[in-house]
Amino acid sequence: MNKINSIRKDWSLIETLIAPDRKILDIGCGDGGLMEQLENNRNAITHGIELNRDLAANAIARGFNVVHGNAELDLSQYSNNSFDYVILSQTLQAMMKPKDILSELLRIGSKAIVSFPNFGHWKIRLQLLISGKMPVTESLPYTWYDTPNIHFFTIKDFLNLCNEMNIVIEKSIGLTSKGRQFDISESISGVNFFTHEAIFLLSYKNFEPIKIKSSKKVFAKNSVIAN
Amino acid sequence: MLDLKDMNTKFSTDTKLESEIAYFENINLKLESGDIIASFKLAFKTFGKLNTDKSNAILVCHALTGDQYVAGNNPITGREGWWSRMVGPNKPVDTNKFFVICSNVLGGCSGSTGPKELQNGSDVAYGGDFPSVTIKDMVKAQSLLIESLNIEKLFSVIGGSMGAMQALQWAIDFPDKILNIIHIAGALKHSAQNIAFHEVGRQAIMSDPIWKNGKYFENNEVPERGLSVARMIAHITYLSENAMHRKFGRKLQSRDIISFGFDADFQVESYLRYQGKSFVERFDANSYLYLTRAMDYFDHDETFRKNIEFSHNPNNHLKYLIVSFTSDWLFPTIESKMIVNQLNSLSREVSFLEIDTDKGHDSFLLEEPQLDDVIKGFLTNNFAKIDE
Repeated sequence: MNKINSIRKDWSLIETLIAPDRKILDIGCGDGGLMEQLENNRNAITHGIELNRDLAANAIARGFNVVHGNAELDLSQYSNNSFDYVILSQTLQAMMKPKDILSELLRIGSKAIVSFPNFGHWKIRLQLLISGKMPVTESLPYTWYDTPNIHFFTIKDFLNLCNEMNIVIEKSIGLTSKGRQFDISESISGVNFFTHEAIFLLSYKNFEPIKIKSSKKVFAKNSVIAN
Repeated sequence: MLDLKDMNTKFSTDTKLESEIAYFENINLKLESGDIIASFKLAFKTFGKLNTDKSNAILVCHALTGDQYVAGNNPITGREGWWSRMVGPNKPVDTNKFFVICSNVLGGCSGSTGPKELQNGSDVAYGGDFPSVTIKDMVKAQSLLIESLNIEKLFSVIGGSMGAMQALQWAIDFPDKILNIIHIAGALKHSAQNIAFHEVGRQAIMSDPIWKNGKYFENNEVPERGLSVARMIAHITYLSENAMHRKFGRKLQSRDIISFGFDADFQVESYLRYQGKSFVERFDANSYLYLTRAMDYFDHDETFRKNIEFSHNPNNHLKYLIVSFTSDWLFPTIESKMIVNQLNSLSREVSFLEIDTDKGHDSFLLEEPQLDDVIKGFLTNNFAKIDE
């Protein structure tokens, strides 16, 4: 798959995860392509953040609500649960602090959609094993010294992090390098080996509010119950 | 000139109003200071045509030394309007499509009621007796003008610098009468540094012996020296160090060697002197005092978020386009971002762009293709959405 097709494929899969008439924040929205798609096909209300000045300008000129800024610095300005979905497409591996970003996504949004290239794919493993050099592939086409992708991780790493952060994986879609699509949760073995790209729909664990009774008032504390 | 009463009837989609003054008689406009202006007038210009459902009206708010001549020819200076590169047929604010209104602010000096105009029922000008006006007062007066034009809802309010302050004030005071604002190179408040520069300018005017507590007009004089120095200081704040260096460097003016005197040896000196001199010809010194003061008093730092969140006037529908410039040190990006942050924290529909340029605060008046693209696209696409 070339880069453009791969992004289109990514977007159409993201679209399948989104219910109609919802409010969405697209982080790294580019010139608003995904926002347009979701407005047209899902009747979504969309907001975006884009770091690149020219792309942000294009998106604004196309009529989208886009803030030119850096997600790692600017997400804190959004209020809790102010979006139904927060989307981070193909960008988590380029973040300085992926774990902080992940918790920000689920603070701002009821649900988060995260897609990323799987560093555990067999082609990548094979390249590193055989050549002994940092892999350069179609989905990760950069040399080690000028790559924007500074945090490589595999599906297994991601699942472990979600578990640690008490994040529920509501849906997960894997794509092979040939573009074949499958459900990651239903595939038993080898997922981490042949998944080229992965898309996850995330939320926090369902929980009962903890009720704390004092003599006069009942407090409900919204907190996540760990395992 | 057209009386307000005539205007209500005469003003329709096929009437073309080129240059007008709206008179508001016995209206007792209560100002933020508590003072009352019994009657006032606003000079305004319109461009383009109002469509049948009156949905295509845009108010452009001018900056400190601007006027109603946003586009076309300015009869006072004999030059093109101050934003004619932005507003006009097929320009980013396209007057083939939009009906553009621009009025001289209350307190101004190109036809609206201000210190150089005669006091009600007398043949003496206000001068220093003019009441203190604020950005809120200017916007209130503008809203009366819009009402008198029988326009219920403006599609957009656009402004840079002091114009941006007015646009923001529209969003706060009259959200039900507008759909979006384009806020360029502005801030929630006038900063200490900005007040300081204004104060130096005012002191220059007031220490000119001709100023005479604002009564210079009694002897048909103008405190030219003070006003031109004020303009020279202000002009420096509108540029950037890089832009000045690019434009002038240390180049000498009409000479090969330095004079070892205090003539305008350097091009930058000559340029500033020219700016000061030509400003005196078109601007009133008292107006300069009043309008700079109005900007100084502008402060929504603590109140903006509450005003937007808890306004009795619904403002959820408002769209905001906030633009700043990298080299603008008078209204730096951080100030724009404060507005963006607060709007985002309330989940409002806000777009923000910081344009990369070395032209400083004045960038919004100059050739900046990205500004053109963003304004044109924002207006066109959002207009298409309401038209659907």
